Amino acid sequence: MKRYGLVGAAMAAALLTGSAATAETTLRIGLAEDPDVLDPTLARTYVGRIVFASLCDKLFDIDQNINIVPQLALSHETSPDGKTVTIKLRSGVKFHDGEVMDGEAVRASLERHMTMQGSFRKPELAAVESIEAVDPLTVRLHLKAPFSPLIAQLTDRAGMIVSPKAAKESGDKFGLKPICAGPFKFVERVQQDRIVLEKFAEYWNAANIHIDRVVFRPITESTVRLANLKSGSLEMIERALATDLPQIRADAKLKVATVPELGYQGITVNIGKSEAGKTAFGKDPRVIQAFSLSLDREAITKVAFNGEFLPGNQWVSPNNPYYQSKFPVPKRDVAKARELLKAAGVTTPLTIDFMVPNNPETRQVAEIVQAMAGEAGFDIKIRVTEFATSLKEAEEGRYQAYMLAWSGRVDPDGNVYIFHKTKAPQNYGGYSNADVDKWLEEARTKGSLADRKAAYEKAAEKLLTEGSVVYLYHRLMIIAHSANLDGYQQLPDGLIRLSGARLRP
Amino acid sequence: MLRFLGRRLLQLVPTLFFVSVIIFGLQQLLPGDPALAMAGEERDPAVLEQVRKQYRLDQPLHVQYLYWVGGVLSGNLGESMRLKEPVITLITQKFPVTLQLALMAIAFSLTIGVTAGVISAVKRDTAVDYAVNVIALWGISTPNFWLGIMLIFLFAVHLNWLPASGYVGFLDDPWMSLKTTLLPAFVLGNSFAAVLMRHTRSAMLQAMGSDYVRTARAKGLAERRVVLKHALRNALTPVVTLGALELGTLLSGAVLTEQVFSIPGFGKLIVDSVFNRDYAVVQGVTLITATTYILLNLVADVAYVLINPRLRS
Repeated sequence: MKRYGLVGAAMAAALLTGSAATAETTLRIGLAEDPDVLDPTLARTYVGRIVFASLCDKLFDIDQNINIVPQLALSHETSPDGKTVTIKLRSGVKFHDGEVMDGEAVRASLERHMTMQGSFRKPELAAVESIEAVDPLTVRLHLKAPFSPLIAQLTDRAGMIVSPKAAKESGDKFGLKPICAGPFKFVERVQQDRIVLEKFAEYWNAANIHIDRVVFRPITESTVRLANLKSGSLEMIERALATDLPQIRADAKLKVATVPELGYQGITVNIGKSEAGKTAFGKDPRVIQAFSLSLDREAITKVAFNGEFLPGNQWVSPNNPYYQSKFPVPKRDVAKARELLKAAGVTTPLTIDFMVPNNPETRQVAEIVQAMAGEAGFDIKIRVTEFATSLKEAEEGRYQAYMLAWSGRVDPDGNVYIFHKTKAPQNYGGYSNADVDKWLEEARTKGSLADRKAAYEKAAEKLLTEGSVVYLYHRLMIIAHSANLDGYQQLPDGLIRLSGARLRP
Repeated sequence: MLRFLGRRLLQLVPTLFFVSVIIFGLQQLLPGDPALAMAGEERDPAVLEQVRKQYRLDQPLHVQYLYWVGGVLSGNLGESMRLKEPVITLITQKFPVTLQLALMAIAFSLTIGVTAGVISAVKRDTAVDYAVNVIALWGISTPNFWLGIMLIFLFAVHLNWLPASGYVGFLDDPWMSLKTTLLPAFVLGNSFAAVLMRHTRSAMLQAMGSDYVRTARAKGLAERRVVLKHALRNALTPVVTLGALELGTLLSGAVLTEQVFSIPGFGKLIVDSVFNRDYAVVQGVTLITATTYILLNLVADVAYVLINPRLRS
């Protein structure tokens, strides 16, 4: 059985230092979008996860190195056949409505995720057959088949435990007044204006929470978000622009916390999804390789993002433990790209319909890609498309290349399986290879990092030569905040956790 | 009079029916799939299917329309797919915000536009007239988006006099509410003030050249009284009509200004809902706005009839 002593130590340290009684502190955070419904079962957006990080604790969490650490759970143990996972729960945890968080509550929450109409957590918990509340502090998950990414799934919304009483009473309106077991409780929400939370006095780790009130304000314009921070109308903003970093760093009143994202930015190629994919670009992997070689990833990040983003060539960034260093980021090689095109019998210029979701950053990257690939013999026709429309176009295969971002998941499975497994939900490129399918499944069943990485290595060898995604770079998640905020720690998922943070007046 | 009113009210029924069909129909022309747009990154086919079923997106269009109209007739405008909140709640939350912003913007533009127009007409062909004209031209041609951001930098970041963005309800904190809406109302009223100035100027010039102004002057009235009481009163009629029309437009939301200043009004609600394909919200807000327009028209018609009995026949 795995035991985690970290949290206990942190609690003890917090108790020793004590928290001085000071004037009420309010932290105002500028969000890049307006979050969707605040119900962990029905929520879909990245920005919503930022609010949940203060509102709803999960069974597990991650640390600086993407290791899984306990939160509402204390430990977990997987049976030798990998089909039973026993989770020990933290005692003395209360929900915001005063109800006790116990095995029954965990069972009810997970079952709600698995069965509620319209639940977006169903696929994440698809491996779970049934849940058993063994005793008040133990739950057992019976799986259909061994599934290594399960615990990682429980570090996100699928692992959020809500008050069963409140969930039962409010049904699908739970998100209008969410009751969880996080450090802050819900006060009010005015759509598109603010979400207000206040410190939950009975939080299990209350000694580490030094902020009394949190106000989230959606401000979509990044310039205005930054102006609010500079003028003191906000104390923190998320997803500041990389191009604004020099300005933020130069301001003594501000501090910045950055971390490479768990996801990636790439170009999906239609290699058989539809008729549009039946061109030289989609049919011959050498042409995609030529396209990839024509791109200078380093230059892309330098020109568009002041060199702050990380060039990449895989579904995880080079500093992720699952990165395959055997396949480094390729250097630009136009001559070789031309050779490959020649070998594939392509007459240049080869016209490509490149669908790009409409936002200034992706448009700029698309233009750089267009110029670079043009030198190798590609005639890229950029088709800027409104985002919701582009999703539909991609779903129906009406594109040859599609600029697609993925916010990333803690477990690498979340970045690769649904995009490359035959007929998987987001396999927009239409890629299919029985061996790759086998290796991706293997990585799901193996337990150790080394074994899983070995399975991914085989998959990477194939996917990086004939796959349908050309990976470009990994964004830096940039959180800028007032210099009066001390003790803020940025974790790799880019979310905002306020445990340990203090706001000086 | 009652017959006239009855006839006009009866005419409302086919008009509103037609409006509802147009709103519903136009929305269906939007490319994209609401379930897919709603799912964001969580695009699992089984879940998407369930969402389509839950919101009847899998039903034929006429069935979806009937469900919607049926709901509207029983006072239910539906529920936001994205926020799970009743559309009527969203509308009642946003309307006071949009109303306050619209009234303040109109007040700004009337004050600035009419004053500048009068000064410009009185000082015709002088340096003052040219200066006012140049400022008006600048006002018309300055994009709201740019002006908004510049004002934020000046008044919020550098001078720290006003909040950079956001909104506080008038009933919650009147002073703070005025502070949060001052810049957006100015930006919104700015270009319209310029239009009003041009109209006031030309109407004033016309009035100043008319016989009754000459008579007033001949009677020995003070110039100030001639301008303000005789010329301006007559010149104001087209200006007031213009102002009323603009108020109607502003009440349907000012998309760009609300976006820049993060004002949670109708404009922002509609834009977010269109991008997220949150059909019920788009339909609800558009229907309410259109109905308000139609009713205001009716009120105007009734007012005309009350003023001018010849129209009753």
